Amino acid sequence: MNPALSVKSLFVSYHGNEAVKNVSFSIEPGKLVGIIGPNGAGKSTLLKALLNLIPKDKGEVQIYGKSFNELRKSVAYVPQRSNIDWDFPITVLDTVLLGTYPKLGLFKRPKKSEKEWALQCLQRVGIAEFSKRQIGELSGGQQQRVFLARALAQESELLFLDEPFVGIDVSSEETIITILKELKNSGKTILVVHHDLSKVSDYFDQLVLLNKELIGFGEINQVLNAEVLAKAYSGQFSFLDSLGVKV
Amino acid sequence: MSFIEAVIQYGFLQKALLTSIMVGIICGVVGCFIILRGMALMGDAISHAVLPGVAIAYMLGINFFAGAVISGVLTAMSIGFVSQNSRIKNDISIGIMFTAAFALGIILITLMKSSTDLYHILFGNVLAVRPSDMWTTLGIGIFVLISIYLFYKELLVTSFDPTMAEAYGLPIKIIHYFLMTLLTMVTVASLQTVGIILVVAMLITPAATAYLLTDRLWVMIYLSAGLGVIASVVGLYFSFTYNLASGATIVLVSTALFLLAFGFSPKQGILWRFLKARRKKQALS
Repeated sequence: MNPALSVKSLFVSYHGNEAVKNVSFSIEPGKLVGIIGPNGAGKSTLLKALLNLIPKDKGEVQIYGKSFNELRKSVAYVPQRSNIDWDFPITVLDTVLLGTYPKLGLFKRPKKSEKEWALQCLQRVGIAEFSKRQIGELSGGQQQRVFLARALAQESELLFLDEPFVGIDVSSEETIITILKELKNSGKTILVVHHDLSKVSDYFDQLVLLNKELIGFGEINQVLNAEVLAKAYSGQFSFLDSLGVKV
Repeated sequence: MSFIEAVIQYGFLQKALLTSIMVGIICGVVGCFIILRGMALMGDAISHAVLPGVAIAYMLGINFFAGAVISGVLTAMSIGFVSQNSRIKNDISIGIMFTAAFALGIILITLMKSSTDLYHILFGNVLAVRPSDMWTTLGIGIFVLISIYLFYKELLVTSFDPTMAEAYGLPIKIIHYFLMTLLTMVTVASLQTVGIILVVAMLITPAATAYLLTDRLWVMIYLSAGLGVIASVVGLYFSFTYNLASGATIVLVSTALFLLAFGFSPKQGILWRFLKARRKKQALS
């Protein structure tokens, strides 16, 4: 069986500065994978390169053994909250409805069935009662849930989330991780860029540890050992001390 | 003689009225996407940049419409090229490119004809609309509205979340230049009514007013078109009655509507915000 996502010797640079160097890994279907690493490690860059949003210098990305372009509609992307214009005149429900656009194609409008589906997705993340609100009126956690609902509405096989837990409340974080685990149990593959090391062992099945190069990839306990972490976070020992990791 | 009697009696006034209504609608509709994409400055730039195209079209004796669209889109592309390939930021690039195009246009026009033409192109003269201008405006208007209707979904998602749009395969650059093309067409359609210099006001002010009044894009589009029409008709009335410059009058009416919304919009108006804040403070003291 083909892996859900395979990355072969990926190189990405910004104006000649290498941001991602020779990264290869492959992920089986039904895994919840965290992408971790220090600031400036190229985590978001990796995600954008996987989504073909920025040009690759070299390397190949395949989804279920096919090229990304063939299956790009089966990938959902949840952007960082800071990249959204929260004053945009759009309601919560209409935001979720955007998730049905890739399958609708040109010229077709979302109909009643799409709207009902969007509402179901909102119910699943627990904020259906806010469906008519403008998105900026919600709290950070609720906003993040709206975008998760949009990804659900896309009915995609792969989900990429960029820093979904930054600046949100505890109960939203719990709701989101519960849903991500449900999705993974139903066979979806999920990649999450994560900003720190806390809770990684509760959240993820596998980790991609990045510091421009791939420092570690695999099961949590393989990656979360002192030697590998020290390599990725060299110079940030106080942070490791606080987690009780001896270097 | 009242304005209404005059409209019934004079053909030139009927043409002026119809043309300004159409301009109000299409500027209002396209303007919504311009302000939501943060491209107000770009709107200003492109509207100025049609000038050399108009001048060259006059020289060659062809319809100025084609010339305007070509020079508008070329300017949009050169703005993008400079900002994407150097450290020059987008607003700087806009400032350089549109003034260059505009300057070139002024030289071309002064080279070939009397300055009254330049004056009319820059400031508009809705009372001198010729039938051919009216039909051009109508044609452009229908094309623009059909385009927006057909690509509403794509325009919405690329304006709100271009990253998602690009990730699922929408050609966001093509959509951007398509919108730039619509923008130049709207500018051409508005030449007679408000003129090049003030077109940007018709694009931005009604849309910004509508933006203060609603939280739904489609409502905003209808409101913006409606506000554009009101500004055009009322402006034309004042312009005719008191013999004022038509473009400037229309723009000032539009600004007055904006100030009303800015003050009294139920959700965003400063008056209600002030009252709400005071009530909170009083409740606490």
